[in-house]
Amino acid sequence: MLQKIYDWIDERVDVTPIWRDIADHEVPEHVNPAHHFSAFVYCFGGLTFFVVVIQILSGMFLTMYYVPDIENAWRSVYYLQTEVAHGQIVRGMHHWGASVVVVMLLLHTCRVFFTGSYKKPRELNWMVGVLLFFVILGLGFTGYLLPWDNKAYFATQVGLEIAQQVPFIGDALRTLLAGDPTIVGAQTLARFFAIHVFFLPAALFALLGIHFILIRKQGISGPL
Amino acid sequence: MKKGKGMKFVGDSRISAERNPYIPKDYSEFPGRTEAFWPNYLLKEWLVGSVFLVGFLCLTLAHPSPLEGMADPTNASYIPLPDWYFLFLYELLKYEFASGNWTLMGILVLPGIAFGALFLAPFLDTGPGRRPHQRPVAVGMMLLGLVSVIWLTWSSAAPIDYQARAEQNRPIPPDEQVQVDTSHEGYAIYESNCMSCHGDALQGGGAGPTLIGIDRSAEEIAQIAREGVGSMPPDQFTGTDEELEQLVDFIMTVNEQAQQ
Repeated sequence: MLQKIYDWIDERVDVTPIWRDIADHEVPEHVNPAHHFSAFVYCFGGLTFFVVVIQILSGMFLTMYYVPDIENAWRSVYYLQTEVAHGQIVRGMHHWGASVVVVMLLLHTCRVFFTGSYKKPRELNWMVGVLLFFVILGLGFTGYLLPWDNKAYFATQVGLEIAQQVPFIGDALRTLLAGDPTIVGAQTLARFFAIHVFFLPAALFALLGIHFILIRKQGISGPL
Repeated sequence: MKKGKGMKFVGDSRISAERNPYIPKDYSEFPGRTEAFWPNYLLKEWLVGSVFLVGFLCLTLAHPSPLEGMADPTNASYIPLPDWYFLFLYELLKYEFASGNWTLMGILVLPGIAFGALFLAPFLDTGPGRRPHQRPVAVGMMLLGLVSVIWLTWSSAAPIDYQARAEQNRPIPPDEQVQVDTSHEGYAIYESNCMSCHGDALQGGGAGPTLIGIDRSAEEIAQIAREGVGSMPPDQFTGTDEELEQLVDFIMTVNEQAQQ
């Protein structure tokens, strides 16, 4: 039955080459920890992606309870933390995942750097990867404000003051991020929420797509 | 793909009507002991992923994610603290060459050079050799960058007492905060002696912990006000014994209210 459905779709859409392109390839010996244990360093990129998926899923569930508004943001997080079944675990995964993703990203960057994998022809993919690093740091910065507790509020205030000191565009940059040149308040929370939940994830998905397409196109770098 | 006359398509689409099965390259054509990604290698990745997930869940269960009290923009004594992965930038701004007149150095020039070089690494390190010893400059700069980031993060985080911070900023819902009876005779004494550290509603602040929910007797509170405890210096309270009694009574009353 399943095979018939697959054949029916395949005849019309010709999907076999598509999924073969994605999944049917050889894993070379030098990146396979089953053959060389030290090859576990090649797992860091995949594990970073795994944590990013955890972040996306736990974040989706968090938005079911979170209210991006200064009166209710903290209360909704407190409610999630104390009353909702498994709320503490889901928020815990998102909170600790943010740190783990930065650690894994750093390890992955080190692996690529010290194996010289960014050299020709993989320059573009390295640059996409560094952009991904910035996007992740941006997600960390904007997500820090969302619980609207003291720690979040005052750290964001400091961060915005630093952004304001950038010459020429400082004030505009701060207003763009915070919604006001001086106040950290209702507008700031709404904007940080929008950036954290819509703008940066959109950039993240686009860059991740390019990152993976380039890997499949160029293959993993050869042994040293 | 075949081209030209004689090709047959599905309907009016561009998909060939002739089914030519996708035949991947024979595994023997690859060097070394390769392994098929699908499904052999993917299964192993699943296993590694599961182990990783279990470890990660243990972490989240062992350490519930922290939450402090609701943001209070009027709290002037709060010491800001960014998340740990921004601490190195934060610490950099404390150096003389990166603060004051040289702030731009700390917020733009130095991070700009470091991250710019990281971004443009493939064009700065263009030699053909991939092994670390074949490109000593690139590897040396990266190690220098890593060591400075780790050093900055460590020197910023080491003096922070995260536990004490969490203790001082426990999450108390605003509606459950105690209404302090400002007409109490001890309130004026509290205001002039204790409020600057312990907050206007005994909720605690940057320098002192909350005084609500403390497990101390009246005598102990009186003694601490005079002699200090922990990081609290002695002689914070200066007044007569009668005033001290009123102060202690005030703190005890607020605590009783909070318990109800």
